Amino acid sequence: MEALQKEGSRPDTGPAAGLPAVRFDGTRVAFVIKNNPYVAVERADLEVADGEFVSIVGPTGCGKSTLLNIAAGLITPSAGAIEISGKPLKGLNRQAGYLFQADSLFPWKTVLENVAIGLEVANVGQQAARERAHGWLKRVGLGAFTDRYPHMLSGGQRKRVGLAQVLIRDPKILLMDEPFGPLDAQTRQIMGNLLLDLWSADKKAVLFVTHDLEEAIALSDRVVIMAAGPNSRIIGNWKIDLARPRDISDIRLEHRFHEIHREIWTKLKDEVMKGYSQAGGEG
Amino acid sequence: MKRLGLISAQLGVAVVLLLLWHVLTTMPWGAGGKPLVPPFFFSTPLDVIARIHKWFSEGTIWRHLWITLTESALAFVIGSVAGVLVGFWFARQPLIAAIFDPYVKMVNALPRIVLAPIFTLWFGLGIASKVALGVTLVFFIVFFNVYQGVREVSPTVLANARMLGMNERQLMRHVYWPSALSWMFSSLHTSVGFAVVGAVVGEYLGSAAGLGYLILQAEGTFDIAGVFAGMFVLAVFVLVIDGLVTLVERRLLVWRPTAADTHK
Ligand SMILES: Nc1ncnc2c1ncn2[C@@H]1O[C@H](COP(=O)(O)OP(=O)(O)OP(=O)(O)O)[C@@H](O)[C@H]1O
Ligand SMILES: [Mg+2]
Repeated sequence: MEALQKEGSRPDTGPAAGLPAVRFDGTRVAFVIKNNPYVAVERADLEVADGEFVSIVGPTGCGKSTLLNIAAGLITPSAGAIEISGKPLKGLNRQAGYLFQADSLFPWKTVLENVAIGLEVANVGQQAARERAHGWLKRVGLGAFTDRYPHMLSGGQRKRVGLAQVLIRDPKILLMDEPFGPLDAQTRQIMGNLLLDLWSADKKAVLFVTHDLEEAIALSDRVVIMAAGPNSRIIGNWKIDLARPRDISDIRLEHRFHEIHREIWTKLKDEVMKGYSQAGGEG
Repeated sequence: MKRLGLISAQLGVAVVLLLLWHVLTTMPWGAGGKPLVPPFFFSTPLDVIARIHKWFSEGTIWRHLWITLTESALAFVIGSVAGVLVGFWFARQPLIAAIFDPYVKMVNALPRIVLAPIFTLWFGLGIASKVALGVTLVFFIVFFNVYQGVREVSPTVLANARMLGMNERQLMRHVYWPSALSWMFSSLHTSVGFAVVGAVVGEYLGSAAGLGYLILQAEGTFDIAGVFAGMFVLAVFVLVIDGLVTLVERRLLVWRPTAADTHK
Protein backbone atom coordinates (compact mmCIF):
# COMPACT_ATOMS: atom_id res chain seq x y z
CA MET A 1 0.00 0.00 0.00
CA GLU A 2 2.79 2.39 0.96
CA ALA A 3 4.61 1.62 -2.26
CA LEU A 4 1.58 2.41 -4.37
CA GLN A 5 1.08 5.67 -2.56
CA LYS A 6 4.54 6.85 -3.42
CA GLU A 7 4.31 6.28 -7.12
CA GLY A 8 2.28 9.36 -7.71
CA SER A 9 -1.21 9.86 -8.91
CA ARG A 10 -1.61 6.75 -11.01
CA PRO A 11 -0.35 3.31 -9.98
CA ASP A 12 1.46 1.22 -12.56
CA THR A 13 -0.91 -0.82 -14.65
CA GLY A 14 1.43 -3.71 -15.37
CA PRO A 15 1.00 -6.24 -18.17
CA ALA A 16 -2.71 -5.70 -18.60
CA ALA A 17 -2.91 -4.85 -22.28
CA GLY A 18 -5.81 -6.55 -23.99
CA LEU A 19 -7.45 -7.63 -20.74
CA PRO A 20 -10.64 -5.88 -19.73
CA ALA A 21 -10.12 -3.08 -17.23
CA VAL A 22 -13.07 -4.29 -15.20
CA ARG A 23 -14.68 -7.70 -15.42
CA PHE A 24 -17.69 -8.88 -13.43
CA ASP A 25 -17.91 -12.64 -13.75
CA GLY A 26 -21.08 -14.18 -12.36
CA THR A 27 -20.94 -11.58 -9.60
CA ARG A 28 -23.66 -11.97 -6.99
CA VAL A 29 -24.33 -9.62 -4.09
CA ALA A 30 -26.49 -10.55 -1.12
CA PHE A 31 -26.82 -8.27 1.91
CA VAL A 32 -27.83 -9.55 5.29
CA ILE A 33 -30.78 -7.71 6.78
CA LYS A 34 -31.91 -8.92 10.22
CA ASN A 35 -30.30 -12.31 9.58
CA ASN A 36 -32.13 -12.72 6.28
CA PRO A 37 -30.23 -12.59 3.05
CA TYR A 38 -31.39 -9.93 0.62
CA VAL A 39 -30.13 -10.65 -2.86
CA ALA A 40 -29.58 -7.27 -4.48
CA VAL A 41 -27.80 -8.55 -7.57
CA GLU A 42 -28.44 -12.14 -8.62
CA ARG A 43 -25.84 -12.30 -11.33
CA ALA A 44 -23.81 -9.71 -13.19
CA ASP A 45 -21.58 -10.49 -16.13
CA LEU A 46 -19.99 -7.41 -17.58
CA GLU A 47 -16.71 -6.41 -19.14
CA VAL A 48 -15.39 -2.92 -19.53
CA ALA A 49 -12.50 -2.87 -21.96
CA ASP A 50 -9.53 -0.55 -21.58
CA GLY A 51 -10.64 2.85 -22.76
CA GLU A 52 -14.27 1.86 -23.05
CA PHE A 53 -17.14 4.03 -21.81
CA VAL A 54 -19.94 1.89 -20.40
CA SER A 55 -23.14 3.18 -18.82
CA ILE A 56 -25.40 1.29 -16.47
CA VAL A 57 -29.06 2.24 -16.54
CA GLY A 58 -31.78 0.71 -14.45
CA PRO A 59 -34.67 1.44 -12.13
CA THR A 60 -33.96 2.76 -8.68
CA GLY A 61 -32.80 0.14 -6.22
CA CYS A 62 -31.66 -2.31 -8.88
CA GLY A 63 -28.07 -2.46 -7.68
CA LYS A 64 -26.19 0.04 -9.83
CA SER A 65 -24.36 1.62 -6.92
CA THR A 66 -23.75 -1.85 -5.54
CA LEU A 67 -21.92 -2.85 -8.72
CA LEU A 68 -19.74 0.27 -8.55
CA ASN A 69 -18.93 -0.48 -4.91
CA ILE A 70 -17.84 -3.94 -5.99
CA ALA A 71 -15.63 -2.52 -8.73
CA ALA A 72 -14.14 -0.09 -6.22
CA GLY A 73 -13.39 -2.91 -3.81
CA LEU A 74 -15.49 -1.35 -1.06
CA ILE A 75 -17.64 -4.46 -0.82
CA THR A 76 -16.82 -8.01 -1.90
CA PRO A 77 -19.14 -10.16 -3.98
CA SER A 78 -21.02 -12.97 -2.25
CA ALA A 79 -20.22 -15.21 -5.17
CA GLY A 80 -18.56 -14.90 -8.54
CA ALA A 81 -15.54 -12.76 -9.27
CA ILE A 82 -14.45 -9.23 -9.92
CA GLU A 83 -11.26 -8.75 -11.90
CA ILE A 84 -9.34 -5.57 -12.54
CA SER A 85 -7.00 -5.73 -15.53
CA GLY A 86 -7.17 -9.49 -15.41
CA LYS A 87 -6.34 -9.83 -11.71
CA PRO A 88 -8.86 -10.68 -9.02
CA LEU A 89 -9.49 -7.58 -6.94
CA LYS A 90 -8.32 -7.83 -3.36
CA GLY A 91 -8.99 -4.89 -1.09
CA LEU A 92 -9.46 -1.45 -2.56
CA ASN A 93 -9.18 -0.82 -6.27
CA ARG A 94 -6.15 1.45 -6.39
CA GLN A 95 -6.52 2.14 -10.09
CA ALA A 96 -10.00 3.54 -9.77
CA GLY A 97 -11.39 6.95 -9.07
CA TYR A 98 -14.89 6.86 -7.61
CA LEU A 99 -17.42 9.67 -7.71
CA PHE A 100 -19.99 8.68 -5.10
CA GLN A 101 -23.72 9.09 -5.38
CA ALA A 102 -23.99 10.50 -1.85
CA ASP A 103 -22.20 13.59 -0.54
CA SER A 104 -18.61 12.65 0.03
CA LEU A 105 -16.65 15.90 0.21
CA PHE A 106 -14.73 16.68 3.37
CA PRO A 107 -16.91 19.27 5.10
CA TRP A 108 -13.98 20.71 7.06
CA LYS A 109 -11.89 21.42 3.96
CA THR A 110 -12.39 24.26 1.51
CA VAL A 111 -13.30 23.49 -2.07
CA LEU A 112 -9.66 23.98 -3.11
CA GLU A 113 -8.36 21.75 -0.31
CA ASN A 114 -10.93 19.11 -1.18
CA VAL A 115 -9.71 18.93 -4.75
CA ALA A 116 -6.00 19.13 -3.90
CA ILE A 117 -6.08 16.47 -1.18
CA GLY A 118 -5.87 13.53 -3.60
CA LEU A 119 -2.55 14.83 -4.87
CA GLU A 120 -1.25 15.92 -1.48
CA VAL A 121 -1.66 12.46 0.00
CA ALA A 122 0.24 11.13 -3.01
CA ASN A 123 3.17 13.33 -2.00
CA VAL A 124 2.72 16.07 -4.55
CA GLY A 125 3.85 19.29 -2.87
CA GLN A 126 1.08 21.43 -1.46
CA GLN A 127 1.87 24.38 -3.70
CA ALA A 128 1.82 22.33 -6.89
CA ALA A 129 -1.24 20.36 -5.80
CA ARG A 130 -3.20 23.53 -5.15
CA GLU A 131 -2.22 25.08 -8.44
CA ARG A 132 -3.48 22.03 -10.29
CA ALA A 133 -6.60 21.96 -8.16
CA HIS A 134 -7.27 25.53 -9.19
CA GLY A 135 -7.00 24.55 -12.83
CA TRP A 136 -9.45 21.71 -12.32
CA LEU A 137 -11.93 23.91 -10.52
CA LYS A 138 -11.86 26.31 -13.44
CA ARG A 139 -12.57 23.46 -15.80
CA VAL A 140 -15.66 22.41 -13.90
CA GLY A 141 -16.79 26.03 -13.76
CA LEU A 142 -16.04 26.72 -10.11
CA GLY A 143 -12.95 28.90 -10.34
CA ALA A 144 -14.59 31.56 -8.17
CA PHE A 145 -15.57 29.16 -5.39
CA THR A 146 -12.20 27.91 -4.22
CA ASP A 147 -12.39 29.31 -0.67
CA ARG A 148 -15.89 28.12 0.13
CA TYR A 149 -16.77 25.21 2.34
CA PRO A 150 -18.95 22.42 0.93
CA HIS A 151 -22.02 23.45 2.93
CA MET A 152 -22.00 26.77 1.09
CA LEU A 153 -22.41 25.08 -2.30
CA SER A 154 -25.45 23.87 -4.16
CA GLY A 155 -25.91 20.18 -4.80
CA GLY A 156 -24.75 20.52 -8.39
CA GLN A 157 -21.70 22.54 -7.39
CA ARG A 158 -20.77 19.90 -4.85
CA LYS A 159 -21.00 17.20 -7.51
CA ARG A 160 -18.66 19.19 -9.72
CA VAL A 161 -16.16 19.62 -6.90
CA GLY A 162 -16.36 15.85 -6.46
CA LEU A 163 -15.70 15.42 -10.16
CA ALA A 164 -12.58 17.59 -9.96
CA GLN A 165 -11.51 15.77 -6.81
CA VAL A 166 -11.59 12.44 -8.59
CA LEU A 167 -10.27 13.52 -11.98
CA ILE A 168 -7.24 15.40 -10.64
CA ARG A 169 -5.72 12.05 -9.65
CA ASP A 170 -6.00 10.88 -13.25
CA PRO A 171 -7.29 7.40 -12.43
CA LYS A 172 -7.15 4.69 -15.07
CA ILE A 173 -10.64 3.50 -14.22
CA LEU A 174 -13.46 5.95 -13.54
CA LEU A 175 -16.48 4.88 -11.53
CA MET A 176 -19.19 7.52 -11.62
CA ASP A 177 -22.50 7.25 -9.80
CA GLU A 178 -25.04 9.69 -11.22
CA PRO A 179 -22.46 12.46 -11.37
CA PHE A 180 -24.73 14.86 -13.23
CA GLY A 181 -27.89 14.00 -11.34
CA PRO A 182 -28.52 17.38 -9.69
CA LEU A 183 -27.42 19.53 -12.64
CA ASP A 184 -29.63 21.50 -15.00
CA ALA A 185 -29.84 20.41 -18.64
CA GLN A 186 -27.30 22.97 -19.92
CA THR A 187 -24.67 22.32 -17.26
CA ARG A 188 -25.23 18.63 -17.76
CA GLN A 189 -24.26 18.95 -21.39
CA ILE A 190 -21.24 21.09 -20.62
CA MET A 191 -20.05 18.58 -18.04
CA GLY A 192 -20.83 15.67 -20.36
CA ASN A 193 -18.77 17.19 -23.14
CA LEU A 194 -15.98 17.96 -20.68
CA LEU A 195 -16.01 14.35 -19.56
CA LEU A 196 -15.87 13.10 -23.15
CA ASP A 197 -12.96 15.46 -23.91
CA LEU A 198 -10.99 14.21 -20.93
CA TRP A 199 -11.83 10.64 -21.70
CA SER A 200 -10.85 10.80 -25.35
CA ALA A 201 -7.59 12.60 -24.55
CA ASP A 202 -6.40 9.59 -22.59
CA LYS A 203 -8.72 6.67 -22.78
CA LYS A 204 -9.85 5.67 -19.35
CA ALA A 205 -12.23 2.85 -18.72
CA VAL A 206 -15.44 4.45 -17.50
CA LEU A 207 -18.31 2.83 -15.68
CA PHE A 208 -21.05 5.42 -15.56
CA VAL A 209 -24.34 5.11 -13.68
CA THR A 210 -27.29 7.25 -14.67
CA HIS A 211 -31.07 7.29 -14.68
CA ASP A 212 -31.09 9.27 -17.86
CA LEU A 213 -31.12 6.95 -20.83
CA GLU A 214 -30.50 9.74 -23.34
CA GLU A 215 -27.42 10.80 -21.45
CA ALA A 216 -26.20 7.21 -21.34
CA ILE A 217 -26.60 6.78 -25.09
CA ALA A 218 -25.01 10.12 -25.90
CA LEU A 219 -21.91 9.43 -23.82
CA SER A 220 -21.28 5.72 -24.07
CA ASP A 221 -19.77 3.02 -26.22
CA ARG A 222 -22.09 0.57 -24.56
CA VAL A 223 -25.26 0.82 -22.48
CA VAL A 224 -26.16 -1.90 -20.02
CA ILE A 225 -29.66 -2.28 -18.59
CA MET A 226 -30.33 -3.86 -15.24
CA ALA A 227 -33.56 -5.51 -14.17
CA ALA A 228 -35.53 -4.21 -11.24
CA GLY A 229 -34.36 -5.53 -7.87
CA PRO A 230 -34.29 -7.68 -5.86
CA ASN A 231 -32.46 -10.52 -7.62
CA SER A 232 -31.46 -8.05 -10.28
CA ARG A 233 -29.60 -9.11 -13.40
CA ILE A 234 -28.22 -7.45 -16.46
CA ILE A 235 -30.94 -7.80 -19.04
CA GLY A 236 -29.63 -5.84 -21.95
CA ASN A 237 -26.32 -4.80 -23.42
CA TRP A 238 -26.38 -2.41 -26.36
CA LYS A 239 -23.44 -1.30 -28.40
CA ILE A 240 -23.83 2.36 -29.30
CA ASP A 241 -22.49 2.76 -32.81
CA LEU A 242 -22.64 6.54 -33.00
CA ALA A 243 -19.57 8.20 -34.44
CA ARG A 244 -16.99 9.90 -32.27
CA PRO A 245 -16.03 12.55 -31.40
CA ARG A 246 -19.51 13.46 -30.28
CA ASP A 247 -21.14 16.60 -29.10
CA ILE A 248 -23.78 15.39 -26.74
CA SER A 249 -26.30 18.07 -27.53
CA ASP A 250 -25.99 17.69 -31.31
CA ILE A 251 -26.00 13.95 -31.24
CA ARG A 252 -29.51 13.88 -29.84
CA LEU A 253 -30.77 15.21 -33.15
CA GLU A 254 -29.44 12.29 -35.17
CA HIS A 255 -31.76 9.68 -36.56
CA ARG A 256 -29.68 6.77 -35.33
CA PHE A 257 -29.81 8.17 -31.80
CA HIS A 258 -33.59 7.95 -31.82
CA GLU A 259 -33.58 4.43 -33.15
CA ILE A 260 -31.31 3.24 -30.37
CA HIS A 261 -33.25 5.17 -27.80
CA ARG A 262 -36.57 3.66 -28.83
CA GLU A 263 -35.14 0.17 -28.84
CA ILE A 264 -33.69 0.44 -25.32
CA TRP A 265 -36.57 2.40 -23.87
CA THR A 266 -39.12 -0.25 -24.80
CA LYS A 267 -37.21 -2.71 -22.67
CA LEU A 268 -36.45 -0.30 -19.85
CA LYS A 269 -40.03 0.93 -19.47
CA ASP A 270 -41.28 -2.51 -18.44
CA GLU A 271 -38.52 -2.81 -15.87
CA VAL A 272 -39.21 0.58 -14.34
CA MET A 273 -42.85 -0.33 -13.79
CA LYS A 274 -41.90 -3.73 -12.39
CA GLY A 275 -39.35 -2.21 -10.00
CA TYR A 276 -41.88 0.27 -8.69
CA SER A 277 -44.51 -2.33 -7.90
CA GLN A 278 -42.03 -4.84 -6.43
CA ALA A 279 -40.71 -2.28 -3.98
CA GLY A 280 -44.22 -1.81 -2.63
CA GLY A 281 -45.51 1.05 -4.75
CA GLU A 282 -49.09 1.29 -5.93
CA GLY A 283 -49.46 0.29 -9.53
CA MET B 1 -33.59 41.64 17.53
CA LYS B 2 -30.72 43.97 16.67
CA ARG B 3 -27.55 43.55 18.66
CA LEU B 4 -27.80 46.91 20.44
CA GLY B 5 -31.42 46.28 21.41
CA LEU B 6 -30.48 42.88 22.78
CA ILE B 7 -27.66 44.27 24.90
CA SER B 8 -29.83 47.04 26.32
CA ALA B 9 -32.54 44.51 27.15
CA GLN B 10 -29.95 42.37 28.92
CA LEU B 11 -28.68 45.39 30.87
CA GLY B 12 -32.27 46.32 31.64
CA VAL B 13 -32.81 43.00 33.39
CA ALA B 14 -29.73 43.64 35.55
CA VAL B 15 -30.87 47.17 36.44
CA VAL B 16 -34.36 46.03 37.42
CA LEU B 17 -33.03 43.20 39.59
CA LEU B 18 -30.46 45.46 41.29
CA LEU B 19 -33.08 48.13 41.93
CA LEU B 20 -35.49 45.60 43.39
CA TRP B 21 -32.74 44.24 45.61
CA HIS B 22 -31.77 47.74 46.69
CA VAL B 23 -35.34 48.77 47.48
CA LEU B 24 -36.16 45.63 49.42
CA THR B 25 -33.02 45.73 51.55
CA THR B 26 -32.83 49.48 52.32
CA MET B 27 -36.32 51.08 52.26
CA PRO B 28 -37.88 51.11 55.76
CA TRP B 29 -41.20 49.57 54.70
CA GLY B 30 -41.26 46.55 56.96
CA ALA B 31 -42.43 46.11 60.55
CA GLY B 32 -40.85 48.63 62.94
CA GLY B 33 -39.33 50.75 60.20
CA LYS B 34 -36.99 47.94 59.14
CA PRO B 35 -36.43 46.94 55.49
CA LEU B 36 -38.67 44.18 54.15
CA VAL B 37 -35.66 41.93 53.64
CA PRO B 38 -32.95 41.87 56.32
CA PRO B 39 -29.67 43.18 54.88
CA PHE B 40 -27.75 41.01 57.32
CA PHE B 41 -28.72 37.94 55.31
CA PHE B 42 -29.02 39.51 51.88
CA SER B 43 -26.59 42.42 52.04
CA THR B 44 -27.30 45.40 49.79
CA PRO B 45 -26.16 46.15 46.23
CA LEU B 46 -24.22 49.20 47.36
CA ASP B 47 -22.31 47.23 49.99
CA VAL B 48 -21.48 44.56 47.46
CA ILE B 49 -20.33 47.13 44.90
CA ALA B 50 -18.25 48.86 47.55
CA ARG B 51 -16.66 45.54 48.46
CA ILE B 52 -15.84 44.70 44.84
CA HIS B 53 -14.43 48.19 44.40
CA LYS B 54 -12.29 47.75 47.48
CA TRP B 55 -10.92 44.41 46.23
CA PHE B 56 -9.93 45.86 42.92
CA SER B 57 -8.61 49.18 44.22
CA GLU B 58 -6.48 47.46 46.85
CA GLY B 59 -5.48 44.87 44.27
CA THR B 60 -6.05 41.90 46.59
CA ILE B 61 -8.41 40.23 44.13
CA TRP B 62 -5.90 39.79 41.35
CA ARG B 63 -3.99 37.03 43.06
CA HIS B 64 -7.18 35.03 43.64
CA LEU B 65 -8.37 35.53 40.09
CA TRP B 66 -5.01 34.50 38.77
CA ILE B 67 -4.96 31.33 40.86
CA THR B 68 -8.45 30.32 39.76
CA LEU B 69 -7.62 31.09 36.16
CA THR B 70 -4.44 29.02 36.32
CA GLU B 71 -6.26 26.08 37.86
CA SER B 72 -9.06 26.24 35.28
CA ALA B 73 -6.66 26.53 32.38
CA LEU B 74 -4.51 23.65 33.57
CA ALA B 75 -7.55 21.47 34.23
CA PHE B 76 -8.91 22.29 30.79
CA VAL B 77 -5.67 21.60 28.94
CA ILE B 78 -4.77 18.40 30.78
CA GLY B 79 -8.35 17.08 30.72
CA SER B 80 -8.73 17.86 27.01
CA VAL B 81 -5.43 16.31 25.96
CA ALA B 82 -6.16 13.17 27.95
CA GLY B 83 -9.74 13.07 26.64
CA VAL B 84 -8.63 13.42 23.03
CA LEU B 85 -5.95 10.76 23.32
CA VAL B 86 -8.10 8.20 25.13
CA GLY B 87 -11.15 9.02 23.01
CA PHE B 88 -9.15 8.42 19.84
CA TRP B 89 -7.60 5.26 21.18
CA PHE B 90 -10.92 3.76 22.25
CA ALA B 91 -12.64 4.69 19.01
CA ARG B 92 -9.94 3.00 16.94
CA GLN B 93 -9.70 -0.06 19.21
CA PRO B 94 -13.24 -1.36 19.71
CA LEU B 95 -11.98 -4.24 21.87
CA ILE B 96 -10.31 -1.88 24.35
CA ALA B 97 -13.44 0.26 24.36
CA ALA B 98 -15.63 -2.75 25.07
CA ILE B 99 -13.40 -3.94 27.94
CA PHE B 100 -13.29 -0.56 29.65
CA ASP B 101 -16.86 0.42 28.90
CA PRO B 102 -18.38 -0.45 32.33
CA TYR B 103 -15.50 1.22 34.17
CA VAL B 104 -15.80 4.39 32.16
CA LYS B 105 -19.49 4.52 32.98
CA MET B 106 -18.86 3.82 36.66
CA VAL B 107 -16.29 6.55 37.08
CA ASN B 108 -18.37 9.00 35.08
CA ALA B 109 -21.42 8.35 37.26
CA LEU B 110 -19.43 9.17 40.39
CA PRO B 111 -20.17 12.66 41.78
CA ARG B 112 -16.74 14.28 41.47
CA ILE B 113 -17.21 16.20 44.73
CA VAL B 114 -16.56 13.05 46.74
CA LEU B 115 -13.12 12.93 45.14
CA ALA B 116 -12.16 16.39 46.35
CA PRO B 117 -11.05 15.35 49.87
CA ILE B 118 -9.08 12.46 48.42
CA PHE B 119 -7.34 14.76 45.97
CA THR B 120 -6.52 17.16 48.79
CA LEU B 121 -5.01 14.24 50.65
CA TRP B 122 -3.00 13.13 47.64
CA PHE B 123 -1.98 16.45 46.13
CA GLY B 124 -2.11 18.81 49.11
CA LEU B 125 -3.89 22.13 49.56
CA GLY B 126 -2.17 23.84 46.63
CA ILE B 127 -3.45 24.17 43.06
CA ALA B 128 -2.66 20.54 42.10
CA SER B 129 -5.69 19.09 43.90
CA LYS B 130 -8.02 21.63 42.22
CA VAL B 131 -6.55 20.89 38.83
CA ALA B 132 -7.09 17.19 39.45
CA LEU B 133 -10.73 17.77 40.26
CA GLY B 134 -11.25 19.88 37.14
CA VAL B 135 -9.48 17.26 35.03
CA THR B 136 -11.90 14.53 36.10
CA LEU B 137 -14.76 16.74 34.94
CA VAL B 138 -13.27 17.95 31.66
CA PHE B 139 -11.81 14.60 30.68
CA PHE B 140 -15.13 12.80 30.37
CA ILE B 141 -16.83 15.50 28.34
CA VAL B 142 -13.97 15.66 25.86
CA PHE B 143 -13.52 11.90 25.86
CA PHE B 144 -17.14 11.14 25.00
CA ASN B 145 -17.24 13.76 22.28
CA VAL B 146 -14.01 12.69 20.62
CA TYR B 147 -15.05 9.06 20.81
CA GLN B 148 -18.33 9.93 19.15
CA GLY B 149 -16.65 12.19 16.60
CA VAL B 150 -14.28 9.48 15.43
CA ARG B 151 -17.00 6.85 15.21
CA GLU B 152 -19.58 9.00 13.49
CA VAL B 153 -17.54 9.98 10.47
CA SER B 154 -19.82 9.59 7.47
CA PRO B 155 -19.10 6.19 5.85
CA THR B 156 -19.22 7.81 2.42
CA VAL B 157 -16.65 10.44 3.38
CA LEU B 158 -14.47 7.69 4.78
CA ALA B 159 -14.84 5.55 1.67
CA ASN B 160 -14.03 8.59 -0.46
CA ALA B 161 -10.90 9.27 1.58
CA ARG B 162 -9.77 5.69 1.05
CA MET B 163 -10.49 5.83 -2.67
CA LEU B 164 -8.47 9.03 -2.88
CA GLY B 165 -5.51 6.99 -1.71
CA MET B 166 -5.21 7.87 1.97
CA ASN B 167 -3.36 5.47 4.21
CA GLU B 168 -4.19 4.98 7.89
CA ARG B 169 -2.03 7.88 9.01
CA GLN B 170 -3.52 10.24 6.44
CA LEU B 171 -7.03 9.13 7.36
CA MET B 172 -6.23 10.08 10.95
CA ARG B 173 -5.00 13.49 9.96
CA HIS B 174 -7.52 14.44 7.28
CA VAL B 175 -10.67 12.63 8.40
CA TYR B 176 -10.82 11.31 11.96
CA TRP B 177 -8.95 14.18 13.56
CA PRO B 178 -11.01 17.05 12.08
CA SER B 179 -14.21 15.18 12.80
CA ALA B 180 -13.22 14.49 16.41
CA LEU B 181 -12.09 18.08 16.90
CA SER B 182 -15.35 19.45 15.60
CA TRP B 183 -17.22 17.38 18.16
CA MET B 184 -14.84 18.47 20.87
CA PHE B 185 -15.21 22.13 19.96
CA SER B 186 -18.95 21.83 19.95
CA SER B 187 -18.66 20.97 23.65
CA LEU B 188 -16.06 23.65 24.33
CA HIS B 189 -18.40 25.83 26.39
CA THR B 190 -19.35 22.91 28.59
CA SER B 191 -15.82 21.67 29.16
CA VAL B 192 -14.40 25.14 29.86
CA GLY B 193 -17.28 25.75 32.25
CA PHE B 194 -16.57 22.52 34.07
CA ALA B 195 -12.89 23.37 34.35
CA VAL B 196 -13.89 26.52 36.26
CA VAL B 197 -16.40 24.61 38.36
CA GLY B 198 -13.74 22.07 39.29
CA ALA B 199 -11.32 24.82 40.33
CA VAL B 200 -13.81 26.80 42.39
CA VAL B 201 -15.38 23.78 44.11
CA GLY B 202 -11.90 22.50 44.91
CA GLU B 203 -10.95 25.84 46.43
CA TYR B 204 -14.17 25.98 48.36
CA LEU B 205 -13.50 22.60 49.93
CA GLY B 206 -10.03 23.48 51.13
CA SER B 207 -7.42 25.92 49.92
CA ALA B 208 -5.45 29.07 50.67
CA ALA B 209 -6.31 31.17 47.62
CA GLY B 210 -8.70 31.56 44.70
CA LEU B 211 -12.26 32.78 44.21
CA GLY B 212 -13.70 29.73 45.96
CA TYR B 213 -11.48 30.46 48.94
CA LEU B 214 -12.61 34.07 48.96
CA ILE B 215 -16.26 33.05 49.11
CA LEU B 216 -15.57 30.46 51.80
CA GLN B 217 -13.69 33.02 53.93
CA ALA B 218 -16.58 35.47 53.72
CA GLU B 219 -19.10 32.77 54.64
CA GLY B 220 -17.01 31.81 57.66
CA THR B 221 -17.42 35.30 59.12
CA PHE B 222 -21.06 35.80 58.04
CA ASP B 223 -19.79 38.49 55.68
CA ILE B 224 -22.68 38.27 53.24
CA ALA B 225 -21.50 41.24 51.18
CA GLY B 226 -18.21 39.37 50.69
CA VAL B 227 -20.04 36.22 49.58
CA PHE B 228 -22.11 38.11 47.03
CA ALA B 229 -19.11 40.08 45.84
CA GLY B 230 -17.20 36.82 45.34
CA MET B 231 -20.10 35.34 43.41
CA PHE B 232 -20.34 38.37 41.14
CA VAL B 233 -16.65 38.38 40.38
CA LEU B 234 -16.87 34.68 39.60
CA ALA B 235 -19.88 35.21 37.35
CA VAL B 236 -18.16 37.94 35.35
CA PHE B 237 -15.01 35.83 35.17
CA VAL B 238 -17.04 32.98 33.64
CA LEU B 239 -18.76 35.37 31.20
CA VAL B 240 -15.41 36.70 29.98
CA ILE B 241 -14.01 33.20 29.51
CA ASP B 242 -17.16 32.11 27.70
CA GLY B 243 -16.83 35.10 25.37
CA LEU B 244 -13.25 34.10 24.59
CA VAL B 245 -14.39 30.54 23.88
CA THR B 246 -16.99 31.87 21.45
CA LEU B 247 -14.29 33.80 19.61
CA VAL B 248 -12.06 30.73 19.37
CA GLU B 249 -15.00 28.62 18.25
CA ARG B 250 -15.91 31.02 15.43
CA ARG B 251 -12.41 30.79 14.07
CA LEU B 252 -12.09 27.03 14.33
CA LEU B 253 -15.48 25.96 13.05
CA VAL B 254 -15.81 28.23 10.02
CA TRP B 255 -16.66 25.23 7.88
CA ARG B 256 -19.76 24.43 9.89
CA PRO B 257 -23.15 25.25 8.46
CA THR B 258 -24.92 27.92 10.50
CA ALA B 259 -28.50 29.04 10.26
CA ALA B 260 -28.03 32.73 9.61
CA ASP B 261 -25.65 33.11 6.68
CA THR B 262 -27.81 35.41 4.61
CA HIS B 263 -26.90 39.03 4.02
CA LYS B 264 -29.22 41.51 5.66
N1 LIG C 1 -25.66 -2.04 2.95
C1 LIG C 1 -26.81 -2.54 2.51
N2 LIG C 1 -27.52 -3.37 3.30
C2 LIG C 1 -28.67 -3.88 2.86
N3 LIG C 1 -29.23 -3.63 1.68
C3 LIG C 1 -28.57 -2.82 0.85
C4 LIG C 1 -27.33 -2.22 1.21
N4 LIG C 1 -26.91 -1.45 0.19
C5 LIG C 1 -27.86 -1.55 -0.76
N5 LIG C 1 -28.85 -2.38 -0.38
C6 LIG C 1 -30.03 -2.76 -1.17
O1 LIG C 1 -29.57 -3.23 -2.40
C7 LIG C 1 -30.39 -2.79 -3.47
C8 LIG C 1 -29.54 -2.07 -4.49
O2 LIG C 1 -29.03 -0.87 -3.94
P1 LIG C 1 -28.21 0.18 -4.82
O3 LIG C 1 -27.80 1.26 -3.93
O4 LIG C 1 -27.15 -0.54 -5.54
O5 LIG C 1 -29.34 0.68 -5.83
P2 LIG C 1 -29.18 1.68 -7.06
O6 LIG C 1 -29.43 0.90 -8.29
O7 LIG C 1 -27.90 2.40 -6.99
O8 LIG C 1 -30.41 2.65 -6.81
P3 LIG C 1 -30.50 4.23 -7.10
O9 LIG C 1 -30.69 4.41 -8.56
O10 LIG C 1 -31.74 4.63 -6.35
O11 LIG C 1 -29.27 4.84 -6.58
C9 LIG C 1 -31.44 -1.90 -2.84
O12 LIG C 1 -32.65 -2.62 -2.75
C10 LIG C 1 -30.92 -1.58 -1.48
O13 LIG C 1 -31.96 -1.49 -0.55
MG1 LIG D 1 -27.38 4.28 -6.53
